[in-house]
Amino acid sequence: MIFYDKHYDVLVVGGGHAGCEAALAAARMGRETLLLTINLDAIALMSCNPAIGGLAKGHLVKEIDALGGEMAKNIDATGIQFRILNTKKGPAVRASRAQADKQQYRLRMKRVLEGEEHLHLKQGEVTALVLNDDTVTGVDTRAGVRYMAKTVILTTGTFMRGLIHIGLVHYSGGRAGDLPSVGLSDNLRELGFAVGRLKTGTPARLDSRTIDFNKLEPQYGDDEPLPFSFSTERIVTRQVPCHIAYTNERSHEIIRSGLDRSPLYSGIIEGVGPRYCPSIEDKVVRFPEKDRHQTFIEPEGLDTVEVYPSGLSTSLPIDVQWQFYRSIVGLERVEIMRPAYAIEYDYVDPIQLHASLETKRLMNLYHAGQINGTSGYEEAAAQGLVAGINAALRVQGKEPLILGRNDAYIGVMIDDLVTLGSKEPYRMFTSRAEYRLLLREDNADLRLRERGHAVGLVRENEYGKFVRKREMIGEELQRLRREKLLPSQADAAFLEEFNLNGVQNALTYEQLLRRPDITATDLSRIDGKIMETPAAVREQVEIQIKYQGYIDRQLEQVERSKKLENARIPRDMQYAGLPGLSTEVQEKLQAFRPDTLGQASRIPGVTPAAITILSIALKSRSGQ
Amino acid sequence: MYLEDTIAAISTPIGEGGIGIIRISGPDSLPIARSIFRKRLDGGLKSHRFYYGHIIDPDSGSLLDEAMAVFMGSPNSFTREDVLELHCHGGYLVVQRVLALTLRHGARLAEPGEFTKRAFLNGRIDLVQAEAIMDVIRSRSEMSLNLAQHQREGLLSLRLAQVKESLLSSLALLEAYIDFPEEDIDHAAKDHIKENAVASLVMLDELLSGFSEGRIIREGVSVVIAGKPNVGKSSLLNALLREKRAIVTAVPGTTRDLIEEQMTIKGLPVKLLDTAGIRESDDQVEREGVKLSLEKLASADLILFVVDGSSPFDDGDRAVLERLTGFSFMVVKNKVDMDTTPVLPFGAEVPVVSVSTRTGQGLMQLQQVIFDFFIHHGDRDSRDFVAISQVRHRDALDGCRQALGTFMANLERAVNPDLLAIDLRDALAALGEVTGETTADDVLDRIFQQFCIGK
Ligand SMILES: Cc1cc2nc3c(=O)[nH]c(=O)nc-3n(C[C@H](O)[C@H](O)[C@H](O)COP(=O)(O)OP(=O)(O)OC[C@H]3O[C@@H](n4cnc5c(N)ncnc54)[C@H](O)[C@@H]3O)c2cc1C
Repeated sequence: MIFYDKHYDVLVVGGGHAGCEAALAAARMGRETLLLTINLDAIALMSCNPAIGGLAKGHLVKEIDALGGEMAKNIDATGIQFRILNTKKGPAVRASRAQADKQQYRLRMKRVLEGEEHLHLKQGEVTALVLNDDTVTGVDTRAGVRYMAKTVILTTGTFMRGLIHIGLVHYSGGRAGDLPSVGLSDNLRELGFAVGRLKTGTPARLDSRTIDFNKLEPQYGDDEPLPFSFSTERIVTRQVPCHIAYTNERSHEIIRSGLDRSPLYSGIIEGVGPRYCPSIEDKVVRFPEKDRHQTFIEPEGLDTVEVYPSGLSTSLPIDVQWQFYRSIVGLERVEIMRPAYAIEYDYVDPIQLHASLETKRLMNLYHAGQINGTSGYEEAAAQGLVAGINAALRVQGKEPLILGRNDAYIGVMIDDLVTLGSKEPYRMFTSRAEYRLLLREDNADLRLRERGHAVGLVRENEYGKFVRKREMIGEELQRLRREKLLPSQADAAFLEEFNLNGVQNALTYEQLLRRPDITATDLSRIDGKIMETPAAVREQVEIQIKYQGYIDRQLEQVERSKKLENARIPRDMQYAGLPGLSTEVQEKLQAFRPDTLGQASRIPGVTPAAITILSIALKSRSGQ
Repeated sequence: MYLEDTIAAISTPIGEGGIGIIRISGPDSLPIARSIFRKRLDGGLKSHRFYYGHIIDPDSGSLLDEAMAVFMGSPNSFTREDVLELHCHGGYLVVQRVLALTLRHGARLAEPGEFTKRAFLNGRIDLVQAEAIMDVIRSRSEMSLNLAQHQREGLLSLRLAQVKESLLSSLALLEAYIDFPEEDIDHAAKDHIKENAVASLVMLDELLSGFSEGRIIREGVSVVIAGKPNVGKSSLLNALLREKRAIVTAVPGTTRDLIEEQMTIKGLPVKLLDTAGIRESDDQVEREGVKLSLEKLASADLILFVVDGSSPFDDGDRAVLERLTGFSFMVVKNKVDMDTTPVLPFGAEVPVVSVSTRTGQGLMQLQQVIFDFFIHHGDRDSRDFVAISQVRHRDALDGCRQALGTFMANLERAVNPDLLAIDLRDALAALGEVTGETTADDVLDRIFQQFCIGK
């Protein structure tokens, strides 16, 4: 083994979406950081669909931005179609989504990494960890080089023992066109980690010159594209449409005829796939009554003819793929440029992690991204950011950053992962958040800017901007509470329109705005000043006033759960022999080793009575 | 888990005639006293003084009981929180109703051991005392688990499960509509959600009306005696009633009509039904009797399966046992004075009580077991008792009904789906007390079953 003489603070393995955020966070916090990845040309490459955001995922991106991560800025600079989803379903579930120019996205991220002072990029495949007792101290690469570091973050994505399936043909690969990572997962297994196998898939990439777009319905982005990042002023890239197409009965017949050569249905694939991302053969088999399935034909970029047909992933043989895609109206002559495929890969069950994303087994080792059994760029990036921050904090000798379920979707996700583990690929949904009304896209900065600033990731100018916004919100709320509409002096048409004719007493603007039928724009007819505040401030004020009842209720629930969430369980807690705990619960707790009582209470099978007993045991421990 | 809200529970062993104490601990103790306790003189309750007065339901104005109230201001109480105790005179049912009233006015039913836990956490009792109760807490929570497993509330559990099922499927629709905007999710969803909610509401109202006047008060619980002919069913009925009313002879199949008797066990009204022996028969009249018996089994709250303790468990017994599957039953082994003890094919999950209707041996114990079956109150020596499952159920139904009402109103007003989902979740959470929690995965599972989703 050849020793490299430089000693790093933080070493990130993998240059995917998790790895990029992790490395940037650590470097920006002033830590000497090394990013090692198999292929430096594939940094931040989008393995699957060329899009960022969507429900719950958009929320994650805004949170990453509020904490000082890069993903939002990167998509703002390279997005080619922006849309806000769910505009009519309530502020909590409104979400941003954008199509990305895949190559530009990757190149810009690489530029940002290269521009970072403390960040070093090197190509290399990590095959093993270097340990000192139970502490990780470095990594070995395939080329025989040993790099030493105080902390290591693994973000290996779909690469560990990656196996690509196209029909009954399969071969090793980390993703189409990329080498797999071989040896590292065996090493992790030898070190005692529980390693499992998952599966995912992607559709073919099609040649848009062979698609008849006249037969498809275009879907344009919003007229005014709104950025993800709280720091981006406006979107300047050229915007292009997607197109909607549908499968038909004949398509389904073709799929069914190919099932005997499906690696999925012939049992060759052993990994568990995501239920929310079924392949087209899954859809056809499971929902035979559906006579068509929708697909969005998404552009892969401005400088390429390649397009991505969403929802049509498959692992059927290539001849079936040819027939299948060509059975779709508008795609009769379509040429496949890259075939669809499924991929199986090793992941490490995240139940073996603390909420800081550090492994419980080895000190100073962190796992982030798809290695934790998640799927999706945003999920990966969010974990990468947290792992990067926490590795840097460890080096600085500080306490880790842990976000609660009431702070952020990031908190919900990590808590789910480390308390429940992942048996199928984990994706974020808004329904996973019990405090959904508090965790909105619009207030991600109010929730997290302070935290990002405290760890040193949010720059002073950005922070200053945020502080000003927060002040303006406070002032505007006060003004609306103070200023009143006097029915006697008011505009009669306004009173008429909003059924206020019978009203005797003066109503504050806050009271008016609380009514479901009166928006800020309506109010501006009698309140000239409301339009003077910036749109983002107005939006905040309006949401906070309109939803106050529900928001207060959720805040109350948060307050009640605080005691449990804040009750930390010492790492060396012995559960065996605790009086009053059943053996089953003892074993569960011993295996999971929860960090807090709140976490313990969410472990399936741990009863409220067991929590009572635990809290008594904890209290008596601390009293001694 | 809430740590600083107000909790309530019955804190005395429940029995006929005695005084029943309801203990309330937490910040709402005094406000609750203000809303439901009326005394002669105006003015508040001074700490550590007994007051005579009446417990009144402020909504209906009806009088529940005369009672003594004592308020113990923080920190001079068992839990070091504000504590209110209501000492009621009425029997078991009155105490239940007063407890239910406190729950409607801001208290939550205490978890097993919760008063003691608060006492410990607030430094009122020491570790040794606290550890001593840990096992008690566990055994109680296991008992309540068994409660569910034993289908103690048979039919009720089933109905609650139906309500939960329907709410869950509404929530799945709503969540799918929210989380998958780009999928073509059925727009009939809204009508479907409404239909579901209306159906649930009807079901809840039905169940609640069964509770509100107290089905038990009107009718008592129904306990049906079943078994093959001539194992001593009528003797058991008589022994329990201590008077001979049913015809008892040694000819199998004598009790052809159903015999129904009222009795009370420690204040709990019990409707006791003796049935014809269950067996195949050629006799027309007897066949009728058997048919009627089978119908009664289905409506029983509890079945006493009587077997002859002096002869082996045979095909006749087995035939009866087959009819009992799915119902709540316990085994009464009669004629144990004849000292042959056949092996019975039951595991520990079925309670078996040995009696002799001739000598009276075991009858007291049988009454106790029946009482415990309905009135689950845990360990007698401990200071806080778990209230009966009935109250828990009622509380759950009430909460669910309220949340669902809000949901329906908001649905009409076309409130945003993100808020509607909160109302529905509240309704499910209320039911969760008895049907088990609804997890995020439960909802997702449902969505992926129902909808073809995926990009
Ligand atoms: C075929 C396919 C289909 C997918 N489909 C979907 C989908 O439908 N929906 C969805 O949400 N997500 C999908 N994804 C997942 C999505 O691409 C990932 O969730 C996301 O990219 C994960 O980010 P990551 O940073 O964890 O890993 P990746 O983006 O996979 O990056 C891993 C990085 O680690 C490097 N690396 C791995 N091992 C080593 C090693 N030993 N040494 C050095 N470097 C190493 C790799 O070179 C790579 O740069 C799909 C992925 C694939 C491949």
